[in-house]
Amino acid sequence: MWEYSEKVKDYFFNPKNAGVLENADGVGDVGAIACGDALRLAIKVDPATEVITDARFQTFGCGSAIASSSALTELIIGKTIAEAMSITNQDIADFLGGLPPEKMHCSVMGYEALRAAVANYKGEAWVDDHEDGALICKCFGIDEGYIERTVRANKLTSVEQITHYTKAAGSCGTCTEGIEEVLHKVNAAMVSEGLLSADEAFDPATAIRPVRKNKTKTSPLAPQGAPAPKAPLTTLQKIRLIEKAIADLRPYLQQDGGDCELVDVEDNKVYVRLSGACVSCQMSSVTISGVQERLIEALGFPLRVIPVPAGATACA
Amino acid sequence: MSAAPIYFDNNATTRVDPRVLEAMLPFFSEQFGNASSMHAFGAQVGGALKRAREQVQELLGAEFDHEIVFTGGGTESDNTAILSALETQTGRNEIITSAVEHPAVLALCDWLQKTRGVKVHRIGVDAKGRLDLDAYRKALGPKTAIASIMWANNETGTLFPVEQLAELAHEAGVLFHTDAVQAVGKIPLDLKNSEIDFLSLSAHKLHGPKGIGALYVRRGVRLRPLIRGGHQERGRRAGTENAPAIVGLGKAAELALQYMPEELGRVRELRDRLEQGIVARIPRCLVNGDISQRLPNTSNIAFEFIEGEAILLLMNQHGIAASSGSACTSGSLEPSHVLRAMNIPYTAAHGSTRFSLSRENTQEEVDRVLAVMPGIIARLRELSPFWQDDAPASAEFKPSYA
Repeated sequence: MWEYSEKVKDYFFNPKNAGVLENADGVGDVGAIACGDALRLAIKVDPATEVITDARFQTFGCGSAIASSSALTELIIGKTIAEAMSITNQDIADFLGGLPPEKMHCSVMGYEALRAAVANYKGEAWVDDHEDGALICKCFGIDEGYIERTVRANKLTSVEQITHYTKAAGSCGTCTEGIEEVLHKVNAAMVSEGLLSADEAFDPATAIRPVRKNKTKTSPLAPQGAPAPKAPLTTLQKIRLIEKAIADLRPYLQQDGGDCELVDVEDNKVYVRLSGACVSCQMSSVTISGVQERLIEALGFPLRVIPVPAGATACA
Repeated sequence: MSAAPIYFDNNATTRVDPRVLEAMLPFFSEQFGNASSMHAFGAQVGGALKRAREQVQELLGAEFDHEIVFTGGGTESDNTAILSALETQTGRNEIITSAVEHPAVLALCDWLQKTRGVKVHRIGVDAKGRLDLDAYRKALGPKTAIASIMWANNETGTLFPVEQLAELAHEAGVLFHTDAVQAVGKIPLDLKNSEIDFLSLSAHKLHGPKGIGALYVRRGVRLRPLIRGGHQERGRRAGTENAPAIVGLGKAAELALQYMPEELGRVRELRDRLEQGIVARIPRCLVNGDISQRLPNTSNIAFEFIEGEAILLLMNQHGIAASSGSACTSGSLEPSHVLRAMNIPYTAAHGSTRFSLSRENTQEEVDRVLAVMPGIIARLRELSPFWQDDAPASAEFKPSYA
């Protein structure tokens, strides 16, 4: 069973704005063949202000497809067409308190339907250029189509580059082999199309080598450059350093819809509270260990980062 | 959800029978010995493993108990049989299988094709899920290493004539394997009078524990072990025996044999009552599979114009567990390869729901499901753009597909 947020469940069990809209001004019918979902979005528009005054949906699809269709109608009613068009898939997912990565295409469908309905209202032809494929990276919900487009657009030739551009394989890394397969295929196609030289292309035979972890960054015997032993930090200094390190990290978490705040410090234990997308994220333990690594780096001594549930105090 | 939950997903897994659990428990505590040890601790366990092997032998109708090799489950058994057939027969590098096999076989074949240059013949099925026998015959040849065809399909319950298929394979000098994970315990088997060379089974499909299964290897058939490292299972599957699980599988096999008349009688009647009740109460639904050749416990019904995961979520609200051939219930987003192979229209395939019963189900449960299903289906159809005013919508809904 998928792990759906309470809001997804609520919008599935009690969908708002479901059904047929009589005398609609614009209708968009879209489907995603990969998963067989299909959606009709109908909108009423005030011609003077271009405000969407009403919207209804009909969806053939799974729980999250129905929930995201309903969420979309809620988001667009009362907005102008221009405002509505700026709504992204992530907005729909955020409105629902997050969607499982495999289910992000459900919100894509709503996004496409809105474009189709607006085109229909304006009397324009609309071509669906959205294309996805097999889900490759489950941690970040990156599909094959997205990787292929990114590789082509940026002439990528290594998995590390793909991780930098798309985040795919940036967390658990178990999809590395799947990414290599896509990269190999796309690079080969680019070579035959004359877009890439053969010696630049990714070669799976040379890609695999065992990686040894760096146990020591500098030789313990190296006499020069070894930092003089620091005087122990005062508690206040320690807290300031931790605060600064967390403040430096927050923009990265906020980029992904999450956040992290310092709750308390006790000896070498740092209590933090994750919020937003971090809470429901299956990778939250990875986030915590990432935060810990950064703090150790910044302070130069080992410490433990301990997540505190929302609303709880540190040392209960 | 006030009433007790109803579990109609027994093809996915079954509850461990309390008598199975009871048989297993001593092997975690008092009888913890290693069957290989010389002392009394080991000997007790060795005796229990022998008994379990005989219980499985009896359920399968196998001639010898040493034809049973305990494994980590159905998937391991499938992998062992197919890889062994390729390794023991140099020069034979083709596999025949069906388009509707379990991924345990299909994904392995895909991988062998991609990485080992093995040629794979995937035999198709008709709209009722019946195997194309002509294509099967034609595919058999001097290059075929093994034919691997499931006994019963996990999604539709459709039975394949594996005894006949094994004979045809032997006429062409080809080894025959069957993934019988769904068939074992649900229909009577008589392997000693068949030509089947390998058969895979899994304990958790017959009220036994998870993580244990067996591979039947007909006496005289070559077997290259998948896992090496010890003399266990006569050197055919190394690794200290999972004694509690093996004892559980043995007990589950004994009970399955004992309950076989009930499976073929009462469980079948319950399944038929459910299926006929649904078809009578709900418009536009179709039964998938070959209803004349089918497991007694399985019913796969396509509810047109709606999607399976949505059906399951609403059923779950009523405490009813079943499963679906819909894309969205798997991690892959691909609709069921079984229903696609049968050419079921996609608006029906996505709404296909599998009800799989067991001896633990009752008529009261069937009637409770019958009472709520019409409401669930009607509610989702109301949301569907393919449905309007209690009938399929006219052809005007033609979404553009990405």
